[in-house]
Amino acid sequence: MSDQSNLPASGDGAGHSRVPEPLEDQDVAPGLPAHVWRPTDVDPKAEKRAERQVAGLFVFSMICAVLFVVAYFSFSIGREIDTFLGFGASNLFLGLTLGLGMLAIGVGVIQWARKLMSDVEIAELRHPAASSEEDRETTLKALTAGLDESGIGRRPLIRNTLLGALAFAGVPLVVALRDLGPRNMSASRLEKTFWMEGMYIVRDVLGTRINRADLEIGDLVNGEPEGLVPNSEGHLPAPIGPDGEELRPALDHEQLLIEKVKSAVIVLRMSPGDIVRNPDRENWDVDGIVCYSKICTHVGCPIALNEQQTHHLLCPCHQSTFDLADSGKVVFGPAGHSLPQMHLAADDEGYLYAMGDFDEPVGPSYWERG
Amino acid sequence: MRFLNRSAGRLSRHRRGRFAGLAVLLVALLATGGAYAALAPAGQAEQSQDNAELVEQGRELFLVGCSTCHGQNGEGVLDVNGNQLGPSLQGVGGAAVDFQVGTGRMPMVQPGQQNPRKSVVYSDDEIAQLAAFVQSLAPGPDVPEESDYDTSYIDDLSEDERDAAINRGQQIFLTNCTACHNFNGRGGAMPRGGYAPTLRGVSDKHIYEAMLTGPSQMDVFSDGNIPPENKREVIAFLETLQEQPQQGGFSLGGLGPVGEGLYVWVVGIGGLVGFAVWIAAHTTRTKKGKGTA
Repeated sequence: MSDQSNLPASGDGAGHSRVPEPLEDQDVAPGLPAHVWRPTDVDPKAEKRAERQVAGLFVFSMICAVLFVVAYFSFSIGREIDTFLGFGASNLFLGLTLGLGMLAIGVGVIQWARKLMSDVEIAELRHPAASSEEDRETTLKALTAGLDESGIGRRPLIRNTLLGALAFAGVPLVVALRDLGPRNMSASRLEKTFWMEGMYIVRDVLGTRINRADLEIGDLVNGEPEGLVPNSEGHLPAPIGPDGEELRPALDHEQLLIEKVKSAVIVLRMSPGDIVRNPDRENWDVDGIVCYSKICTHVGCPIALNEQQTHHLLCPCHQSTFDLADSGKVVFGPAGHSLPQMHLAADDEGYLYAMGDFDEPVGPSYWERG
Repeated sequence: MRFLNRSAGRLSRHRRGRFAGLAVLLVALLATGGAYAALAPAGQAEQSQDNAELVEQGRELFLVGCSTCHGQNGEGVLDVNGNQLGPSLQGVGGAAVDFQVGTGRMPMVQPGQQNPRKSVVYSDDEIAQLAAFVQSLAPGPDVPEESDYDTSYIDDLSEDERDAAINRGQQIFLTNCTACHNFNGRGGAMPRGGYAPTLRGVSDKHIYEAMLTGPSQMDVFSDGNIPPENKREVIAFLETLQEQPQQGGFSLGGLGPVGEGLYVWVVGIGGLVGFAVWIAAHTTRTKKGKGTA
């Protein structure tokens, strides 16, 4: 096979193809069939037409780019939106012009390659991948010489300190990435939320306290602890307990968001007879009003998709379903833990407050929790 | 003008007469009483009689159209296996009737996981009669007044106040409603083949009643839970959603990843496959050799 004269020549650019003669030796490939020309190769009119098509596509792309700029500046956005056939005109035309402009470049290039660029078959000979014997010997010799000259075998001090340096280079990495390991955060951040004994539940968004008398059977409230939702004047009130004492100081912005995410709850009133009584949670509800963490114990999505008649709460992410009438037990889906329940109480006027933080961590499982 | 002056002058001459005070008092009393009789919608007695009549008409409609499943007194009916055929309507209130019948969900064609919205069977008068009858069974949320759900007050607010109200409505919606109805109010899937219906094209009154009564699997958002003015803000926000142009071109039903994923797989990847086929396809060939043309 190394004899090149046995290989068939490809069709070449000279304008005529050589069809190889049938060979006696059956091991030799018959070679490529003769090249067949495209109309654009042989007909100058067709060639001109294809050239005009490609150029036309490129010009169209230019027009689209210009129209993009025109659309960018001419359509109004914001409060008063220009519309076109019920669509936002700005978005629609920006997308159309940019998309069509890009498409025209792509289609033009492909059309160019298909119609005009040479598509003559070319055979390329393959050689053995390995280097020649001499090259290999030379390289090995150079390598051994280098090793000898560096003296790595003869100077153990240098060798060992080098190994030590490389080992120590990993230390910064370990320190920097230690959070990935077990017990990375202080336990309180994972296990505790903003809730504490005597903290009132307020409606999310509205920031008003919830009275037991306000809720009918079937009512669902998305709640937060007092102190995390701005009141109607837009201030964050400090959480005040039933005895009038201030429970916690106000939070700064970043901390506020973190606590708000962890502390979200849903409050649901159901017929007290529907609740499956758990001996440990005998008096955790108030007249059938129950309160659970809103954070799914699978991967921590907020859940609010509740079915009123079954009291099943479904997580939209992976369809974990919790039975809110039965201590938040998982009835379907990948979640591994029940939804943490809050022990509720009502003050003299009937406003609902927490009897303490959740007794288990909210949200998804983690290493130590199992 | 002259005539008025003259008659006023003539009257004025008697203003210190012996019976002038009495006459004025009499005229005033007559005017007040007459105006009240003319303007007041109906006397108390008349109204309760109207209501009794409505209830009676409603009862007749109910016995014909609803009692098979809901019982003759709306107490609910169990089938032979002890399953609930139709739930009790005692205490559901007139609002639930107005919603269920007014959106065509009732009368139901067949029991199932989802009771779809369909063309309305009863006339508005008949719906009012049915609602009055069910309201008379036991106290429950009654059909709301127009002032409860009408959002035209929004137009009278200053621009900042209007923005604030619609914004609050949006936040309440995003917190309480989007889990099922989707962030754009177009509805979504529910467990076991059910679905949360779209809120597009639903009247303000029916949206308000749905919040008030929690039809089917929907949670209740009673007036104690979300006050009426906040409910109105939610409705006002939903109206702005309907008026909003589709910014991104085709919304594909706004159903989220399922619809958009299907579109990308079929149209997007399909288009790419089409281009790939075109790129690799053989171009037209000619039998003519080069130079022979």
